[in-house]
Amino acid sequence: MQQLKKLYKQILSDYICNQNESDLYIGQNLIKQMIQKNVSPEDVISIHKQALEEFYGELPETVIHAYDFLIEVMVHYGLKVKEHQSLLVKQEEMRIEMDIAAQIQNQLLENEVPKTKCTDIGMISVPLRKMNGDYVHFKYDSANYLGVAVTDVVGKGVPAALCMSMVKYGLDTLEYANSNPSYVLEVLNQLIEKSVDDSMFVSLFYARYNLHSNIFTWSSAGHEPSLYYNAAEHTFYDLEAKGLLLGILPEVKYSQQELELKENDFIIIMTDGVTDFRKNEGFDAREKIKELALSFQHLNAQEMCNTIYQELLKLQDFKLYDDFTVVIIKKNKLF
Amino acid sequence: MNKKTIEIITELDIITARKLGRNEAKRIGFDKVDQARITTAIGELAKNIFFYAQTGKIVIEETIREGIKGIAITSIDKGQGIGDVQKVLEGEHSPTSTGAGLPAVKRLVDSINIESEIGKGTIVKIVKWLS
Repeated sequence: MQQLKKLYKQILSDYICNQNESDLYIGQNLIKQMIQKNVSPEDVISIHKQALEEFYGELPETVIHAYDFLIEVMVHYGLKVKEHQSLLVKQEEMRIEMDIAAQIQNQLLENEVPKTKCTDIGMISVPLRKMNGDYVHFKYDSANYLGVAVTDVVGKGVPAALCMSMVKYGLDTLEYANSNPSYVLEVLNQLIEKSVDDSMFVSLFYARYNLHSNIFTWSSAGHEPSLYYNAAEHTFYDLEAKGLLLGILPEVKYSQQELELKENDFIIIMTDGVTDFRKNEGFDAREKIKELALSFQHLNAQEMCNTIYQELLKLQDFKLYDDFTVVIIKKNKLF
Repeated sequence: MNKKTIEIITELDIITARKLGRNEAKRIGFDKVDQARITTAIGELAKNIFFYAQTGKIVIEETIREGIKGIAITSIDKGQGIGDVQKVLEGEHSPTSTGAGLPAVKRLVDSINIESEIGKGTIVKIVKWLS
């Protein structure tokens, strides 16, 4: 410390004489050494003040007070900087933990898009933060039925992700792809109502597709209405239902409806993160999605999903506001 | 040895405690930088009392060990107490408890000792020696 003090005084006096750039550079290197020796900012100011007193004798009283003020303020400044640094370290630890959690979630919720002969299925699901509050679940028994669930936990981030794991296991226990959509919703509702916090709700769209008869049966629990495109009529229909969100009341009954998919028809199932942006500007996202889907209907279902995502992202200035999930089911031309 | 006690009830008392502490540090013989450190530490302790325990007191006294003089400051409050003292000193406290700011105080002085009981209050004693 005494050594560093002496060096500081030397460099300072050289600089006062010549104002040489090289003295400033040497001064910077000295500060590096001081940091290694744990010399605090207020110590440096004190050394500086003492040096001036040595060079010029007694400093004016006002200047002495000013230095005392600076020392005082820098003690606090140093403290706050250290506190801030330790917060950053903690933040980094949490970031690493979140990354691991997100990886585990991805493994848990991984679900491959099934390949069927008579339909073309595409899917995109992008989380706003690290953990996804949306989830898509497929069931496929390769012979007769395809089941698809698109879910959205009200809320984002970690709480939503934890809740989603439970929805996944609820869907897993239902086993068969031929379950009635209304029954699936009723079972999940009971499970969620019993085991999840009162502030957690889940919206879910469940559909069962009969691969032989092409009958598409669907039921919805408070979910964003899906879009059904009837190619023969060149018309979109909203698949609306008045089902309550899952987890609000026990013993809720859900109704189901059905339609027949014909050649070139397609269904777009999405979460409200897809349609809920720029609402206050009077922007109608659903109309935009219809427009996009029509102009890209020649693409396969996966390419359609990707294109819709890219186009909507552009409209939001490349910044998502919510988890974003789109599933498209197209009736194949071949059959 | 004279011992000064300041009850911390209003925000002004924080300034009074700092002032008394600075005078005492000066009298014992601490230099300007250490005076500033001691005063800042007293300020942090007093702020903890004022913001998180509502009332309490700060005791400032001279101390001596093996011929070396020092200053000892004790903060006593009847607040909610600190659950895990070790964690508080490592900075893993909730920012809304009497433990806030203690890791910072620890850096300013030579020793810190905390006794706390949940629901009953906290006693923090810090000492800085003349080097």
